[in-house]
Amino acid sequence: MTQTSSALAAFETDYRRHKTRARVTFWTVALSIMTLVLITAEFANFFSITQVTLADGSRAERWILLAGLPRLGEYVAKTIPELGWATIGQDLTHWFWRWPIWMELLLETILIAFMATVLGVAGGFLLSFPAARNLSPRPWMVWVSRRYLEIARTVPELVWALIFVFCFGVGPMAGVLAIALHCTGSLGKLYSEANENIDMRPVEGIRAAGGSWFDQMRYGVVPQVLPNTLSYTLLRFEINVRSSSIIGFVGAGGLGQELRTAVSLQEYTDLSALFLIIFAAVFVIDWASEKLRHRVIGLERI
Amino acid sequence: MSNVSTSSLPASIELARLKAEMPLAFRAPFRVRLRRALGWTGFALVFGWCLYDFDFSPSRIVEGLGRLGTVLSFMFPPHIWTEWDQLSEVLKGLGETLAMAFLGTLLGAVVAVPLSLLGAKNINRLPFLRFGVRRGFDVIRAFETLILALIFIRAFGLGPLAGVLAIAVGEIGVLGKLYAEAIENTSKKPVDGVTAAGGSWLQSIHFGVMPQAIPVILSITLYNFESNVRSGTILGIVGAGGIGFLLSDRIRAYRWDEAWSIIILIVVMVYVIDALSAIIRMRLIGTEPGRRSSP
Repeated sequence: MTQTSSALAAFETDYRRHKTRARVTFWTVALSIMTLVLITAEFANFFSITQVTLADGSRAERWILLAGLPRLGEYVAKTIPELGWATIGQDLTHWFWRWPIWMELLLETILIAFMATVLGVAGGFLLSFPAARNLSPRPWMVWVSRRYLEIARTVPELVWALIFVFCFGVGPMAGVLAIALHCTGSLGKLYSEANENIDMRPVEGIRAAGGSWFDQMRYGVVPQVLPNTLSYTLLRFEINVRSSSIIGFVGAGGLGQELRTAVSLQEYTDLSALFLIIFAAVFVIDWASEKLRHRVIGLERI
Repeated sequence: MSNVSTSSLPASIELARLKAEMPLAFRAPFRVRLRRALGWTGFALVFGWCLYDFDFSPSRIVEGLGRLGTVLSFMFPPHIWTEWDQLSEVLKGLGETLAMAFLGTLLGAVVAVPLSLLGAKNINRLPFLRFGVRRGFDVIRAFETLILALIFIRAFGLGPLAGVLAIAVGEIGVLGKLYAEAIENTSKKPVDGVTAAGGSWLQSIHFGVMPQAIPVILSITLYNFESNVRSGTILGIVGAGGIGFLLSDRIRAYRWDEAWSIIILIVVMVYVIDALSAIIRMRLIGTEPGRRSSP
């Protein structure tokens, strides 16, 4: 009896200690996050005061968030075009008034994404073999190819686009190269991780049969990683369509340049029309590539 | 694989026999080969047309590569800011980027957690509401952060506030979806246990679902913070705060040496953040889960 009660008492003290420690950890983490939030919020102008014009024309000081919200609503409201049931055809042509140019640019956007994906897949796939620790012929190749891939994907496409627009001139070529470079970095990393997770036995078999390094990669690794690679590639194509739709902002081709003009000329209804076009295109491509991806994965299972 | 043993004649006869017996083991049927050939031809045609349409002429490529070489040469030696004014400007930009990513991710996460509960199949049993919430996430994700930033700049003016809100709103769509999936992937057994012990519906979520989902949720949030540090660097290009403004300014002014130094600093910052968050994740979860792709 006394044994059980002493054991119970030990448990109770242990439990209490554990609880106290958990509470202390919780409050330390919570307080440090709160402090960080306050510091970063101050840094990000969250607490600044701005001037607004009231209805009677006088100026007043307001907290920036409250002052901005009505403006946000106003802005969004302005982008909604006037559509009437009776004049729907006329209104729609008025809304999408530049549709021949927009359709051309949409095609260009998708082709930029296509080409960038092809180039990115080529680069990423080639580099994924030296970047995989288990496959690389030399250790220094791992280091070099990994650093290259890291830099390629850390620097955003828009920054590469700014650089390439200077080098190759304004136009879709700069956009293709910028997205392709970024895509090489992301895909190379994913592919090399897939390469590191393979079963090494086929590779060893080919090496034992006297196959060269290329033979080992072609017949030992590629058949294992191909379904994964295809799936990543399709996913990346979707991401690239999104990127290529905004890359025109810095003059690298695609719909982004129209978006930029619409913003700077304050063509509000054009903005909503362009959003709708991009949204529809991205939606259709996502849907189609998801279907294709499921087919690829399904084939792999059979 | 050149040294095929000495008895090459019988082997080749054997091979010929096998080929005649089972042609499909050596060669795909005609229809499959035709389909493949058509596919590759179509691909080559589209690719060739793109090369022509986008003007990938050799002269242009050579000229561009020459310019690129010049631009790259400015990287060596790297520019080092000697005046405190300029250095502090760069450091402030980097800090702003970090602050934007942190606050944006946190705000997005705070909004996304309750919404993801509404979007999870095992918690919200009303299909209409669930599908509505999920499509809402999809719609938000369709907007690029940069486009959201443009909208918020109109409302809140130039500066990091617009960037924070753009990241936060974009994150609601991404995190909401990922959280909902994390919650759906939890085991039902602890929930059954809580219910069997007489726990209410809320208690079953609190003690059954959440302990399983929270490590995953925290890990997802950290990953997205990392990815927002990367993508936060471009928001400055349209004026939404952060290092992107300085970088695009230096590039547009052709001050390549400074631009490269800023790019190197960004890469270093992303490196440090990735390493730190890997440490935090290891402490939170104990093991490294499968890495998600970074955009």
